[in-house]
Amino acid sequence: MIELEGLTKRFGDKVAVDHLTFQVRPGMVTGFLGPNGAGKSTTMRMMLDLDNPTSGTVRIDGRHYHELDEPLKYIGALLDAKSMHGGRSAYNNLLCLAQSNRIPTSRVAEVLDMVGLGAVARKKSKGFSLGMGQRLGIASALLGDPEILMFDEPVNGLDPEGIHWIRNLMKALAGEGRTIFVSSHLMSEMALTADHLIVIGQGRLLADTSMADFIHDNSRSYVRLRSPQQERLRDVLREEGLTAVEAGEGALEIDGATTEALGELAARHGIVLHELSSQRASLEEAFMQMTAGSVEYHAHSEHDGAPPPPAGPRWGGEWDRSPGGVSDHGKGA
Amino acid sequence: MASVPAVLTSEWTKIRTVSSTTWTLICAFAVTVALSAALCALTNSQFDDLPDAERATFDPTLVSFSGMILGQLAMVVFGVLVVGTEYSSGMIRTSLAAVPRRATFLFSKIAVAGVLALAVGLATSFASFFLGQALLGDHRTDLGADNVLRAVFGGGVYMGLIAVFSMGVAAILRSSMLSLGILMPFFFLVSQILSAVPGAKNVARYFPDQAGSKIMQVVPEAMNSEPAPYGPWGGLGILLAWVVAAVAGGYLVLKKRDA
Repeated sequence: MIELEGLTKRFGDKVAVDHLTFQVRPGMVTGFLGPNGAGKSTTMRMMLDLDNPTSGTVRIDGRHYHELDEPLKYIGALLDAKSMHGGRSAYNNLLCLAQSNRIPTSRVAEVLDMVGLGAVARKKSKGFSLGMGQRLGIASALLGDPEILMFDEPVNGLDPEGIHWIRNLMKALAGEGRTIFVSSHLMSEMALTADHLIVIGQGRLLADTSMADFIHDNSRSYVRLRSPQQERLRDVLREEGLTAVEAGEGALEIDGATTEALGELAARHGIVLHELSSQRASLEEAFMQMTAGSVEYHAHSEHDGAPPPPAGPRWGGEWDRSPGGVSDHGKGA
Repeated sequence: MASVPAVLTSEWTKIRTVSSTTWTLICAFAVTVALSAALCALTNSQFDDLPDAERATFDPTLVSFSGMILGQLAMVVFGVLVVGTEYSSGMIRTSLAAVPRRATFLFSKIAVAGVLALAVGLATSFASFFLGQALLGDHRTDLGADNVLRAVFGGGVYMGLIAVFSMGVAAILRSSMLSLGILMPFFFLVSQILSAVPGAKNVARYFPDQAGSKIMQVVPEAMNSEPAPYGPWGGLGILLAWVVAAVAGGYLVLKKRDA
């Protein structure tokens, strides 16, 4: 269990992380979502006591990170693939870490085999591809057999086989009752792995919810209908006060009604249906919708000279306005 | 808090598993011994051509350490790389996640690397001394003479302390390139040049290398050098103060700044 309370980080005037309060619970994969520059990496580094928070605290099983006795046995982290000494072999890189936390030496070969680097264990890690570096980082996270695992953008640089592997690994680890906290800016990836979601934008907490609730709250759900008697169907719907939107290929999309109600309605009027399906937007769409909201807001405020932004959640603005221009403090330093 | 012996073991593994350790330390040894031997042989063959003042204050022990001016640069590189590669490789984050107590991490690293540098320094100073004396012929001294053992032992300590000083500087600057870019010209040029300039001389003699190398002199004002306001142990004390300041500064930077 990881608990954040009012965690804040300022770099000069810029607030990278703004009063984050949430918990990461065991037994599930918690996704940590936000666009580039949202403050994900900075938050994760503060969780590991690498960066000093401006204010607020992080507790790991009730204790500060630096109070942990041999921390690798409590929490393993993959921060970025380039966090090993290139002149040292994969085996020796992990050996130094294992020794510092009194982890048995035999565990080094074990985790290297686990991540598929057994054959290159004695090779210098500077010759590794991005994907291999990522696997080595994952091996270092697993070294102490910790109850809590943190992965910052683990699929970066992995090939499809590797992505499939890490996805299953995270699910298996969560299935063993461990706490898995994984960051990503790829919504589609989260949809496949995460059970719970923490969404941040511009350092602020936007959502702390189960995956299903997040999609439900942030996306349109509608019913898709297809009928050879489309004209009659439209009339019937209109009489019921429902708006049907043409969706192409003879399909109609209806908001605000269940499949059950629409099926019964069609049956009452003797209308043949070729399709009656409940549609739900994917996580990707829900996420885009959130971002779209902030884009709209910004366009508005820039052109109309609108009053200062309300305290409510807004995000992605800076990121949208100057693509590539915003320094990601999370990746710098 | 991670146990100190475990962290020491880990730091020893870090040092012995990179090739830079081997080549910098071999360099420090080989360059010092070879250059000192060459200068001893040269001095021996041209002893009669030396100015009177230098002959009067001839210090065979000090002459057998003359290669250290160059050899110490390899020690500087060793010290800088031990700390600096943690930053250049990005390993620092992994290391601090494993050992979050900054003091345990930094002081264990410096202790292990410092002891190794001291051992190589002592081997270098003794080898340099014996080979040098053998080549000095009639002008040689021996380990039993007054203050000679102190000077030879001190030469090894000097090299070890120069390495530790470099580790502290690298911890302050958090970069190998920057540290080398400052320390190499400082030890090789700036310090040597300033110590010859009349006005700057009084300041330069408190520089770590100028003060510390006093321990290697057996004859006061050896080789007709300027008298210093401190003795051999005072000089070593000044170097030690520099080392303590650099390491303390490195610790503060590591503690205060984000990794």
